[in-house]
Amino acid sequence: MTSTRPGATLVAGLAVVGTMIVLAIAAPLVTGHDPTALGLTAGLQPPSWSHPFGTDQLGRDVWARVVYAGRTDLRVGVLAVLAPLAVGTLLGLLAGYFGGPLDRVVRFVIDTVMAFPFYVIVLALVAVLGTGERSIYLALAAVAWVNYARVVRNGTRGFAGENWVAAARGGGLSRRRVIGRHILPNAVPQLIVLAVTDVVFVILAIVTLSYLGLGIRPPTPDWGTMIFDGQAFVTTQWWIAVFPGLAVLVTGIGFSLLADGLADLYRERD
Amino acid sequence: MRSWARASGRLIAYAVAVTLAVVVLAFGLSRAMPGSALSAQLGSHATDATRQQLAAQLGLDRPWWSQLGTLLRNLITHGDVGPSMVNGESVRSAITARAGATLSIVVLAMLIAVLLATAIAVVSATHQNRWPDHVLRVVLSAGIAVPAFWLGLLLVLLFSVHLRWFPVAGLGTGPAAWLRSLVLPAVTAAVGIVPLLARSLRAQLLEVLHADFVVAARATGLSSRRILLRHLIPNAALPALTLVGTNLAYLIGGTFVVESVFTIPGVGDLMFRSITNRDSTTITGIVIYTAVLVVVVNLLTDLVVRLLDPRLARGGAAL
Repeated sequence: MTSTRPGATLVAGLAVVGTMIVLAIAAPLVTGHDPTALGLTAGLQPPSWSHPFGTDQLGRDVWARVVYAGRTDLRVGVLAVLAPLAVGTLLGLLAGYFGGPLDRVVRFVIDTVMAFPFYVIVLALVAVLGTGERSIYLALAAVAWVNYARVVRNGTRGFAGENWVAAARGGGLSRRRVIGRHILPNAVPQLIVLAVTDVVFVILAIVTLSYLGLGIRPPTPDWGTMIFDGQAFVTTQWWIAVFPGLAVLVTGIGFSLLADGLADLYRERD
Repeated sequence: MRSWARASGRLIAYAVAVTLAVVVLAFGLSRAMPGSALSAQLGSHATDATRQQLAAQLGLDRPWWSQLGTLLRNLITHGDVGPSMVNGESVRSAITARAGATLSIVVLAMLIAVLLATAIAVVSATHQNRWPDHVLRVVLSAGIAVPAFWLGLLLVLLFSVHLRWFPVAGLGTGPAAWLRSLVLPAVTAAVGIVPLLARSLRAQLLEVLHADFVVAARATGLSSRRILLRHLIPNAALPALTLVGTNLAYLIGGTFVVESVFTIPGVGDLMFRSITNRDSTTITGIVIYTAVLVVVVNLLTDLVVRLLDPRLARGGAAL
């Protein structure tokens, strides 16, 4: 075993992410329990046939809650990447293509935003915006666009001076067409890899905010609040906190392998 | 050397500009919260008169540019952002009283992370695309994906509850106990940035590994270990120093979260409390202090790297 096939990472990532998404979508089919139904006489039960992940302090089925929480956390995780991706790409393209003062301004803003420690500024933004899903989208949109802008800007800067761009402009193509049809497609592979990597960080951020009581609000099941709930019982009823944490871990490894696999794929194609 | 001084002047001026922008943005954030700070302090039954009186006392009735001016003057003359919205104490003293614990975790975590990441990067780069590289790749993915607070919980369960090696929570009294109580928080905080450091280090090592001078060194018959220690690591060390600066921001935020798991009375703890109390001045202060710390450390690493690396000192670009 000296070298595995290059596609192995990609396949592994796809399999893990696919499984988590299917479980979340098919939640009502993979569990017969209601994730919010209280069972006060059936609290704190260890894993068993009827409750594979046990029950929590309110008698709720932990497996059902883990699966239903996946619906929230995966949805928010993927959606929260889109706005930063769009904003960062647009600013990066403009800064890279036009250069000059616009480029200097965009780079200055990027450097300023990057000076704020990620969780510190996200927490401060949540303090302004209040808790809940909408605040998560807004706070992450305000911060996470810089990575995309930086990558696209650096990539575009390299192209802007190349002959084919000048040729395309000289041939009568509009700026918008040159950027949209010729420069942007070159950045797409890198953007996809970055966005998939970002899903890992965004899901972590959502789960962390929820753990701190500043993210997804109960009773909506979410992995972070579940871990917080289970923290008090961890020495005796470990399953309440351990399973939702494993769900975050497995999901994150999946997206991370997927990003690695995609990066390998693009590298080989070039 | 003269070009280094000129480049340094530019870097310092840029850092000052970024710092100013940081303060303005943080001020904007605090402006978005003040009404609620008044309610937090007065409760919902306060009359308009008391409300106005308190607003005047806190300077909230003045126009925004005047408030920003006061903030800048306070920062420059006292290094302070003003009194807390909730208890009127100096925000600077509230932060510095707790900064020791937080900074100790940050420094300890950075040391652990650099050592661990270097070891991982050396093994993966020297075994590129063989099984140790693949295994470490999955391990690093897990390091990125694991929620710090959950990992902390498991570490406490194993090392504090079962093995009783470390305290379960809080800060120990006396230097030895204090250090011991910081070990698990530091390890937990380090895990989050090890993958980021290790991946970049691995890429840099691979680049050096294929450089002409290494190929030449190998051709002269030097042992792999000697090449690694004498040529590879020194050449990858400078870029690694830059990485410490760029990953510091993520580490500080991670440390805040870790503090809440281990109930460490640090700056993170102050932050969470201030969010609950809607104490906008304290939140602004923490945001400014941490961001300025990041700017200063990045500036210093930039200056050192340029001083030590003649290629960069000659005016090469660094973004």
